[in-house]
Amino acid sequence: MSNADNERVGRGMNIVVLLRPVPDPVEELELNGDGSDLDRDYLGYVLNEFDDHALEEALLVKEETGGTVTVLGLGTADEMDQVLHTALAKGADSAVKLGDDLGHLSVSAQTELFVAALSDRTYDLVVTGVQAADDLDGQVAVRVAARLGLPQVSVVVGVAAGDGTVRVTKEFWGGITAQYDIDTPAVLGIQAARQAPRYVAVSLIRQAQQSGGLTEEDRDAPEDSSGVRIISVRIPDAGGGAEMIPGDESSAADRIVEIIRGAGVGS
Amino acid sequence: MSGIFVAGEHLQGEVTETTFELLAIARGLAATSGWQVTAGLVGAGVSGMAAGLGGADRILTVDDPGWEIFNPEGQSAVFASLVAESGATVVLVPYTSTGMDISSYLAESLGIPLVSFCTSVRTEGGLTATCRLHAGKIEADVAVDGDRAIFAILSGSASADGGRSGGAAVVEEIPNPIDPGSLRTKALGLALPEGGDVDITSEEVLVVVGRGIESADNIGEAQALADAMGGSVAASRPIIDQGWLPKSRQVGKSGLTVKPRIYLSLGVSGAPEHLEGMKDAETIIAINSDPQAPIFSVAHYGWVGDLFDLLPELVDRLAGD
Repeated sequence: MSNADNERVGRGMNIVVLLRPVPDPVEELELNGDGSDLDRDYLGYVLNEFDDHALEEALLVKEETGGTVTVLGLGTADEMDQVLHTALAKGADSAVKLGDDLGHLSVSAQTELFVAALSDRTYDLVVTGVQAADDLDGQVAVRVAARLGLPQVSVVVGVAAGDGTVRVTKEFWGGITAQYDIDTPAVLGIQAARQAPRYVAVSLIRQAQQSGGLTEEDRDAPEDSSGVRIISVRIPDAGGGAEMIPGDESSAADRIVEIIRGAGVGS
Repeated sequence: MSGIFVAGEHLQGEVTETTFELLAIARGLAATSGWQVTAGLVGAGVSGMAAGLGGADRILTVDDPGWEIFNPEGQSAVFASLVAESGATVVLVPYTSTGMDISSYLAESLGIPLVSFCTSVRTEGGLTATCRLHAGKIEADVAVDGDRAIFAILSGSASADGGRSGGAAVVEEIPNPIDPGSLRTKALGLALPEGGDVDITSEEVLVVVGRGIESADNIGEAQALADAMGGSVAASRPIIDQGWLPKSRQVGKSGLTVKPRIYLSLGVSGAPEHLEGMKDAETIIAINSDPQAPIFSVAHYGWVGDLFDLLPELVDRLAGD
């Protein structure tokens, strides 16, 4: 069934998107004094990239078949206000920050916060990123679905609204995918939206900041029920067996060309 | 009662290599604990594959035409009943597309801890594991409370050969506990990747771009280098998700496994999911501005610096031939 078919039968859905901040993947990570965790005091946070794809897919579905998009963001990093304003500027109808200054939360604790927030709302679909780089104790989408007793599919790369159903594409590997029809309400873990997450002009984000569309729900950090404790963390020795090439780009290029030609390529 | 359960995985009639890697880890745990290793296989026609799971002592199969395509809702519930049937206290699940649906569901339905991104598991002195977090930049040793847990294991964490033998491999077929027709999730069909593009698995030279290439406009420079070497451009997942290159060019867990003679990466950090798809390349040359990038752990040669300074120098030298 093509997208055009889906548009014909699709019904506007109320979609809730769950957003989480993660340490910026391009920043160098440092450990705290006793090696028990990252040094979180100086970490910059960004929206989990998979959650950004979940938001994009939700906005695409809304554009195709109508409905609403509500974003729920974890108040675990200062950067979340900016993330939520950006979501509003991109086209979300409402944005809610859950708690403030909650500190690092396990996936189990994140799940409890999201489940509590969802139980006050009505929705057809809940979407979030399939994983985050620090998901030590499992996936939010699967855990939230299990708590709510809802069907769930993870590693989703496309969503289309039906009538009381959603049609989703799940990716396995090597480009092999499967399609499913799922009765709503349902929960999806998004791997990638059908298009790259959209950019939005800074002026629109500023407008969203002034619109007062962002609300905050007073929520405490749940007790950690994960049953998983970090004993120690370390930065793996990245060098391994690699011969590190010294020098500037010119001498490095000489050496790399020598290696490539040595392998019988490019000569 | 204690024991180890391995959630078996298969696609298109073949048990995956990851399943054998998990069985190898299970055999290692069995050697120190004396526990039995039970493997589970759920699908259509899986009885025929079960005998191949030589690393298991006991193999539980649920063989039903309704499970021809993996069903996250149904098969997660079937695995929960197989784990209960096995009496296992340590459950190993692959950290893959199917395993992600299963592992967190098991944690919630069985009410026991789950540890993701694991590369190794130990049972002596309590259950502990080593995990790779933050795309491989951080390694963590973790302990779980209690004596039961699920471990979601990264592919490539053990040698698959260690899981092909060593067990008694007694196969038992279990009646399907879930009616596929009763589920809210209906599988419609499988789709294979579209052909027509370059087949990166058969290329001898790959120039592989990652997040460090910064924008779609810069891929042309990587293409110029690939052209100069008679190769093709491939990429890590973030580049594909941005839509800068087609899915057919993706190296890694959700993409393709490549073994070119030359693999030259530009700004690829080397998350475990990526390394899984390229670590067996003949010669790996990695360029990254971050000296801690995990790609250097599998590279044969590395250079730390700005790829945009290096690229024109390389193209100059190679295109002149």
